[in-house]
Amino acid sequence: MEKILVGLKRVVDYNVRVRVKSDGSGVETAGVKMSINPFDEIALEEALQIKERGDASEVIVLSIGTSESQQQLRTGLAMGADRAILVTTDDELDPLTRARIFLEVINREQPGLVVLGKQAIDEDNSQTGQMLAAIWGRPQATFASEVKLDGDTATVTREVDAGLETIEIDLPAVVTADLRLNEPRYVKLPDIMKAKKKPLEELPLSDLAIEGAPAISSTAYEPPAVREKGIMVEDVPALIGALKDKGLA
Amino acid sequence: MTKILIIAEHDGSSMNPSTAKCVTCASGIDGATIDVLVLAADAGAVAAEAAKLNGVSRVVTIERDENAQPVAAILAPQIVAAAADYTHVFGPSTTFGKDVMPRVAALLGVNQVSDIMAVNGSHTFHRPIYAGSAVVTVQAPAGAKLVATVRTASYQSAANDGSAAIEALTVDAEIPTHTRFVGVEVSESDRPDLQTAAKVVSGGRALASEENFDLVYALADKIGAAVGATRAAVDAGYIASETQVGQTGKIIAPELYIAVGISGAIQHLTGIKDAGTIVAINKDEEAPIFEVADIGLVGDLFTVLPELTENL
Ligand SMILES: Cc1cc2nc3c(=O)[nH]c(=O)nc-3n(C[C@H](O)[C@H](O)[C@H](O)COP(=O)(O)OP(=O)(O)OC[C@H]3O[C@@H](n4cnc5c(N)ncnc54)[C@H](O)[C@@H]3O)c2cc1C
Repeated sequence: MEKILVGLKRVVDYNVRVRVKSDGSGVETAGVKMSINPFDEIALEEALQIKERGDASEVIVLSIGTSESQQQLRTGLAMGADRAILVTTDDELDPLTRARIFLEVINREQPGLVVLGKQAIDEDNSQTGQMLAAIWGRPQATFASEVKLDGDTATVTREVDAGLETIEIDLPAVVTADLRLNEPRYVKLPDIMKAKKKPLEELPLSDLAIEGAPAISSTAYEPPAVREKGIMVEDVPALIGALKDKGLA
Repeated sequence: MTKILIIAEHDGSSMNPSTAKCVTCASGIDGATIDVLVLAADAGAVAAEAAKLNGVSRVVTIERDENAQPVAAILAPQIVAAAADYTHVFGPSTTFGKDVMPRVAALLGVNQVSDIMAVNGSHTFHRPIYAGSAVVTVQAPAGAKLVATVRTASYQSAANDGSAAIEALTVDAEIPTHTRFVGVEVSESDRPDLQTAAKVVSGGRALASEENFDLVYALADKIGAAVGATRAAVDAGYIASETQVGQTGKIIAPELYIAVGISGAIQHLTGIKDAGTIVAINKDEEAPIFEVADIGLVGDLFTVLPELTENL
């Protein structure tokens, strides 16, 4: 195939302890470390490996957001993507609108495969890939832990609750990456320098004629309920005693 | 009027308990009528189970050979057709529901409310974000159809004393052939199912090998528990992927959760925060798991586990 399209979302780094703002209007993101959504990094790694095996000739990374997302796209370029597209908007978009933006880019670029992360670790929605496949009218292989390409089809192993499921899909298709699909490569300094010269195209969302989907609004944020402080026991007999007290042993 | 259609999860012969939890969630919406949709090659046994769920008015079945396996691209257009007269479509936030429901939502032109953990009204819900670091109240637009997944760990199963009518339905939907089910590799185990077990023993990276996980299995078998694991243990190949508990694995709510050699990363903790009693065994007294544990024991798992298994 010629092209693979990969989505890269800018999210709060997974190591950050996210806190709710004291007025409940959202979570604290000011001054917080931002990174590529970990699942999207895995998605990109998969696309790069496919290209390195000779099964694709170009890897395009796409992000949607403010110009700050350039950082994550540059990291993607340093990992090895060939070019980047940033659809710029100041609005917080919902998954269906994001899927519609992806579809617009697909119509322009005609990729043979689209790889996204299985979920973004900020909103934890796990919707965009499935929605994109639906409106594109193409297969979806979600929660992928292995992708084998064979001409116009792919065989994908999926991590499902029961175990590992295998499906065969016709291309083009949407694959969403699970944790064990691969281990993303580290970016080396010379690659960061090289990435500065790779093309990064900015497309204002307003130029794309995307119909916004009816959004679900977030009206209040609160910290999760805290569990009551427990007890520490000295040894195994004390542990068994404590379990007996609770009727659990 | 609120009319909710719940998409049943099943394996062709029996219903997954996630469906009964969706019914409990839906029952939290005042005045809602609740129907269950069973898509299968042969829906008989599953429909009979669904018909017993308390609170269900009607079970609707769509039987087609293509529905023998849960392939999202095949099921979604049929669900959309069946959902015409409903205001809400619910599915479980299991890998089955997470796969198919957003596809349904997109075909209907709406966003999805993912992982409902509490109902605040017919269009207002609570859901976790950032691996459970925050809970957000979401308000879905009133005019549009509402598609949602239910965080099953937040709900008990509906009782089994109902007797709903079962009706066969045929829908006019174009079924794609671009996605073909090949097979599923299920780890055979006599242990209880991780998602529904009353007791779970989980092991982390500290187990250090596949063989050492036998210590976890021995304790689990002694107390009739299911076995879980952290991402680190799964990634290292000590145990199968379907045992992963957490943000990107299974979200569970057993009565007793025993965490062995697990540090307590937020991504893991979000999967167990509804557990009744959490026991932590870790050699590092500073490990974050102790912040959420009801009973903590600082010690080396390689001596603690055998002793515990022997004396319980
Ligand atoms: C996007 C993303 C998603 C993730 N999703 C999940 C998820 O769903 N589930 C999940 O679990 N993780 C998930 N993680 C990983 C998570 O961040 C942690 O890395 C992981 O949970 C750590 O696993 P662990 O506790 O087994 O290992 P460690 O953090 O290495 O902890 C091992 C613990 O064992 C203790 N120990 C060592 N030796 C002994 C001994 N002899 N006796 C007793 N104690 C001992 C140590 O003190 C330590 O506390 C995710 C991470 C990312 C980035």
